[in-house]
Amino acid sequence: MLYASGRFLAARAATTLPAPPRVRGPALRGKRRELQIPGHLETPSYDSWTGLRTRPSATPVRRVILRKGRMPPAIGGGLTGSELRPRRGRCAPQAARAVGRDTVRRVAARSLKRPTWSSRSFEAAGRWATLAVVTLLSFATRFHRLDQPAHICWDETHFGKMGSYYINRTFFFDVHPPLGKMLIGLAGYLSGYDGTFLFQKPGDRYEHHSYMGMRGFCAFLGSWLIPFAYLTVLDLSKSFPAALLTAALLTFDTGCLTLSQYILLDPILMFFIMAAMLSMVKYNSCADRSETPTWVGGPFSAPWWFWLSLTGISLAGALGVKFVGLFIILQVGLNTVSDLWQLFGDLSLSLVTVGKHLTARILCLIVLPLVLYVTIFAVHVMVLNKSGPGDGFFSSAFQARLSGNSLHNASIPEYLAYGSVITVKNLRMAIGYLHSHRHLYPEGIGARQQQVTTYLHKDYNNLWIIKKHNTNTDPLDPSFPVEFVRHGDIVRLEHKETTRNLHSHYHEAPLTRKHYQVTGYGINGTGDSNDFWRIEVVNRKFGNRIKVLRSRIRLIHLVTGCVLGSSGKILPRWGWEQLEVTCTPYLKETANSIWNIEDHINPKLPNISLDVLQPSFSEILLESHMVMIRGNNGLKPKDNEFTSKPWHWPINYQGLRFSGANDTDFRVYLLGNPVVWWLNLVSIVLYLLLGSTIAIAIQRGVQLPAELEGLTRVLLRGGGQLLLGWMLHYFPFFLMGRILYFHHYFPAMLFSSMLTGILWDTLLRLCAWGLASSPLGRRVHAIGILSLLLATVYSFYLFHPLAYGMVGPLAQEPESPMAGLRWLESWEF
Amino acid sequence: MGSHFAGHAETLGVPPSLLFCKMLRFLKQPLVVTADINLNLVALTGLGLLTRLWQLSYPRAVVFDEVYYGQYISFYMKRIFFLDDSGPPFGHMLLALGGYLGGFDGNFLWNRIGAEYSSNVPVWSLRLLPALAGALSVPMAYQIVLELHFSHCTAMGAALLMLIENALLTQSRLMLLESLLIFFNLLAVLSYLKFFNSQTHSPFSLRWCLWLTLTGVSCSCSVGIKYMGIFTYLLVLSIAAVHAWNLIGDQTLSNGGLARITQGQPLEVAFGSQVTLKSVFGKPLPCWLHSHKNTYPMIYENGRGSSHQQQVTCYPFKDINNWWIVKDPGRHQLVVNNPPRPVRHGDIVQLVHGMTTRLLNTHDVAAPLSPHSQEVSCYIDYNISMPAQNLWKLDIVNRESSRDTWKTILSEVRFVHVNTSAVLKLSGAHLPDWGFRQLEVVGEKSRGHHESMVWNVEEHRYGQSQEQEERELELHSPTQIDISRNLSFMARFSELQWKMLTLKNEDSEHKYSSTPLEWVTLDTNIAYWLHPRTSAQIHLLGNIVIWASASLATVAYILLFLWYLLRRRRSIWDLPKDAWSHWVLAGALCTGGWAFNYLPFFLMERMLFLYHYLPALTFQILLLPIVLQHVSDHLCRSQLQRNIFSALVVAWYSSACHVSNMLRPLTYGDTSLSPGELRALRWKDSWDILIRKY
Repeated sequence: MLYASGRFLAARAATTLPAPPRVRGPALRGKRRELQIPGHLETPSYDSWTGLRTRPSATPVRRVILRKGRMPPAIGGGLTGSELRPRRGRCAPQAARAVGRDTVRRVAARSLKRPTWSSRSFEAAGRWATLAVVTLLSFATRFHRLDQPAHICWDETHFGKMGSYYINRTFFFDVHPPLGKMLIGLAGYLSGYDGTFLFQKPGDRYEHHSYMGMRGFCAFLGSWLIPFAYLTVLDLSKSFPAALLTAALLTFDTGCLTLSQYILLDPILMFFIMAAMLSMVKYNSCADRSETPTWVGGPFSAPWWFWLSLTGISLAGALGVKFVGLFIILQVGLNTVSDLWQLFGDLSLSLVTVGKHLTARILCLIVLPLVLYVTIFAVHVMVLNKSGPGDGFFSSAFQARLSGNSLHNASIPEYLAYGSVITVKNLRMAIGYLHSHRHLYPEGIGARQQQVTTYLHKDYNNLWIIKKHNTNTDPLDPSFPVEFVRHGDIVRLEHKETTRNLHSHYHEAPLTRKHYQVTGYGINGTGDSNDFWRIEVVNRKFGNRIKVLRSRIRLIHLVTGCVLGSSGKILPRWGWEQLEVTCTPYLKETANSIWNIEDHINPKLPNISLDVLQPSFSEILLESHMVMIRGNNGLKPKDNEFTSKPWHWPINYQGLRFSGANDTDFRVYLLGNPVVWWLNLVSIVLYLLLGSTIAIAIQRGVQLPAELEGLTRVLLRGGGQLLLGWMLHYFPFFLMGRILYFHHYFPAMLFSSMLTGILWDTLLRLCAWGLASSPLGRRVHAIGILSLLLATVYSFYLFHPLAYGMVGPLAQEPESPMAGLRWLESWEF
Repeated sequence: MGSHFAGHAETLGVPPSLLFCKMLRFLKQPLVVTADINLNLVALTGLGLLTRLWQLSYPRAVVFDEVYYGQYISFYMKRIFFLDDSGPPFGHMLLALGGYLGGFDGNFLWNRIGAEYSSNVPVWSLRLLPALAGALSVPMAYQIVLELHFSHCTAMGAALLMLIENALLTQSRLMLLESLLIFFNLLAVLSYLKFFNSQTHSPFSLRWCLWLTLTGVSCSCSVGIKYMGIFTYLLVLSIAAVHAWNLIGDQTLSNGGLARITQGQPLEVAFGSQVTLKSVFGKPLPCWLHSHKNTYPMIYENGRGSSHQQQVTCYPFKDINNWWIVKDPGRHQLVVNNPPRPVRHGDIVQLVHGMTTRLLNTHDVAAPLSPHSQEVSCYIDYNISMPAQNLWKLDIVNRESSRDTWKTILSEVRFVHVNTSAVLKLSGAHLPDWGFRQLEVVGEKSRGHHESMVWNVEEHRYGQSQEQEERELELHSPTQIDISRNLSFMARFSELQWKMLTLKNEDSEHKYSSTPLEWVTLDTNIAYWLHPRTSAQIHLLGNIVIWASASLATVAYILLFLWYLLRRRRSIWDLPKDAWSHWVLAGALCTGGWAFNYLPFFLMERMLFLYHYLPALTFQILLLPIVLQHVSDHLCRSQLQRNIFSALVVAWYSSACHVSNMLRPLTYGDTSLSPGELRALRWKDSWDILIRKY
């Protein structure tokens, strides 16, 4: 019934439409008109109520209201009437926006045929020209003075270095997934960089090394953000002014500009995030045009598949650069779920069709990205096959595959036997090997016995001999048979260099007071019963014997029942700043108290090649992720370190020094253009106010005039998606314990700028509608948008030295040209 | 255990004359108090008190965190200011109140767990408040399930599970805060439900306000005890927000409707309601169903005869004679019961004219101006073998379900005469002078729907006076109630200080600390106390049967909910409307309560203990019998299946009781078990039960 009434109205709306669009004015005026014309090109026509309204039990009262709400509009009144007319042929009437999905398509399809070819091609040319101008401007701003400064800026020292590692194929460790650094490395490689520059610290000059390839690549990706944002907003709002405003905000934001000009992961990450957003929006709008021929649009059409798989690819890219990519995945996921929910509730679609939709999304949005993501890691592991600075972060088995590592191509006995000389490595990252040396614990710190620590580097003092607890005969004596160590055995660990036994007793540990002290005790292997440890295998899939590299063992002190572990705390100078080893009475299994055997020397046993023990690819993948996650969690702010708080970010409270600190330096300061950022901030508040007012009004069943209904739909649906994007890319940071930086906000800032574009366009249209009677009303929209654009451009003119670099006195000096621009005390440029 | 006074003095907005009348009656008659007592509740409270208070002062030694809270109590007793970074002070103050009542002087050195209390420490009164809170949580669980519209049996089940849950029992018998927290959590939920349920029939009444206030108060209390209380507060807030959003969307409350409702009209028409009935058609004039003392003339101008009974017309002005009382044919009373019995679609009603107490009637007599229709009158018994035919069947035209209730303004209803199946209709003709030019109302026998047959309730109040003269006074009084004195919802919530959960960053570790994942499966326990000489010991250890089945019930609920949701999306309605909304509300509250109280712990980086899970567990326990009843009501197809299922439930419950009894020595710590028995109790390897080495 509702469909019926909708169709009826649409038909009426179509017949009462004004004459088909005329082409007015010469081509030269095209661009200016673009600015003024607020007409929405085509309606998203997606009736979010349809799903609900199909319910047969809608009350008559409700129906009456609905029917009233869908009255054809008073055409020709004020803004909409006059401004709609010159639009392109494909422009569906405002009235049709309120009616069911199918009718709009019909009307749109009908009106498609009306305009002449010339007007359409003119329109298309105008659109392409605008896009080209936007893109060009974006590239121009990003590539302008890209080579300056010719020294390392900020995190270039990390990511440039990691790019070099790829070129040199040395293994390294980073807390982010590898795609971004691989791309940087690739760009460097293609542009002739040989990977020899050391990237030691910010400020080092590049000299003769070729760095422009890598910077250019980042700037290239960073430049695409603006056309992507432009197209996204255009698709969401069908409004040129909104899209232009967004493009201007991003083009002229000094922060985005700075961040895109250096060898960083952020431009790459943001590129993929925006690409995912754009393709998601595109495939959504493709799906809405289901009645057009399949090659033009509609579900399962070629463009639909294209955009859908592009979404998947971009998601893989985003996640492959940084784990922050999870947020855009979440957003696409939410969008997909709500999309599927709509389809599922559409009773005109059979379950088979819904199933097809579901399968398509699983294929393109889950399987495809997953395959790509795994591929990235496969490439990463294949490229980096030489031992390098990252080895120590990984397990012993992992290191065995790196050429140059001591474990590479090594051959050692497979199972641990009594009398073997071994090194014992802690399972937790960056703890190292169990170590002892000829130094005693100082006076007052437990018993004055020999120190036992952990040490990250290979050393003779890491060697221990494993012996039975009750015999001190030399097990290497050929007359004794080989006896393997088994799970549950009572053993003694003798330090090879000093012949002291690993020992523990009821004394408090030097740093962790609740734990017991661990020392080296005895002489020539003779000590007391406090030297006895029970060896336990945690993962007993290899049987009761203890396999080198793979078995995870715990050493439990027999007398006190505590577990050998490392607290990870750094000992003071008396302990040579090695890490504390304790015996913990808390029996919880943590990586701190689990060890594995790494080196293993036993002449009585046959050696096997370690290649047998090499982990499979899936194990490598898992381990890399565990290490990365632990690494991220490990990035805790130090106590006295200044940290950026998430609430600082949207208000542009404080920037980041990219280069230089003194007045003689070439200084670059990452700071958002305050006009843009504060406008964004105001816009979010305004949006929340306006959006909730409208949402409540709609929930109350208030009848909006038909002209407003299209605007509110853009505001609620399009704006809502962007607001969700902003929230997803911003709020999770409040929960993160790791150290945070200002530049983490930039993905959220992109969404916020897009929201600003849509909000102000809609708001000004609402104003124009409200003032339709007065002469000012017609122009308020154009004037508003123009003034916003001008303000943005002018503020960029003021603040551009932040991004392009400045020399001279600091801004707190009165003679500095930037003195008047230090609007907040916390800015340090 | 709601007791209420006869002659409930709800004097809001009652004109002085009526007030005076009432006062006079109070003077004349003795003051009578009637109370109805739910024996279930009494029994549950009794059992709760018995289990919680039994041997409360044993062990006479510091148990676990008492060592920590005891210090604060001593500070309060000695009035020493202290800086407390552990949480808000209300809980400590409550514990200190116990000490104050017991005359504690604060002189005790709280230095280690297991230290014997000196004689000046009033152990019993210190532990009394948590124990009382724990005991009262049991009947409260019963009430909550009832308010969620599930059966008494289900409610009983929930309460009994709370009663025998060992972890809750242990925690509430000691000087700890969790049982107080759980008590206020449950109180908040219960009072919100009471508030919400009174919202449907009597918004802005005193009860309504009271429950709303209590919701806020108990929320603030639970936040005041532990910052964790914020989770329940958020739960109640979000459910309230959804309800408010629905209220906004309630189209019937629009166009002045909301204003009217907010002026104090009940929404659901109940038996005993006083209403004015407006014709929806409203042509030629908007008018209200009306009657007055005058009768139809014996003979009309055209010579036809009439019944000579009281005229029934439609009158276009507001008038005292527009008031009708909806009466249950089976009962004599003309007042609304407590709780009101809403009138539903298909119910047979009588309409009593308020001022004349005559019943709306129609019979096979031609109407004055429309001879093809039946005359409608208010019946006067002339004793001329013309029986009263005053039963009307209520037909709600815009109903959403077959058992929809009759709502003020919202519902458009037809009255179908039971004897003749004629429909009450506004004919639109003006009566001649004998009918004061009012509009004719007839009984239309021909089939077919027309808006002139449809009426809706415009003004509505619950009748309270059985006596005719009082009722007349009542009818004269306006429907509006002065609500300006009521607290606004938001104002009260903004009074609550928003405090962030301050997370303590202790990097120290504790032997019994655990991770949230271990809680669900009860992989961990906490040894609270060990007798200095024997093996008697107290552990925080849950009833594993209850924990496991509660988690299963949560999973089952979520799966069933998703299944129903998907099917509803495809327009397959498995559950009737009421059952669905009860099912959703129960799930939102219980599953939501569990999730709100549990999931945030995954984000916390502080030391966590098993007792942090107890608030979440309570919500799970509430859900368990609800899921069971649902399975029995909606998934068991035959009586046989239902019987088998009930038997299974009984068997399961007995096993829970059995387990509870087996763990009793570890809960009360009153018996010393042999090492063999203790080892036998160690059902999971991860449980740490203390076994002495002799």
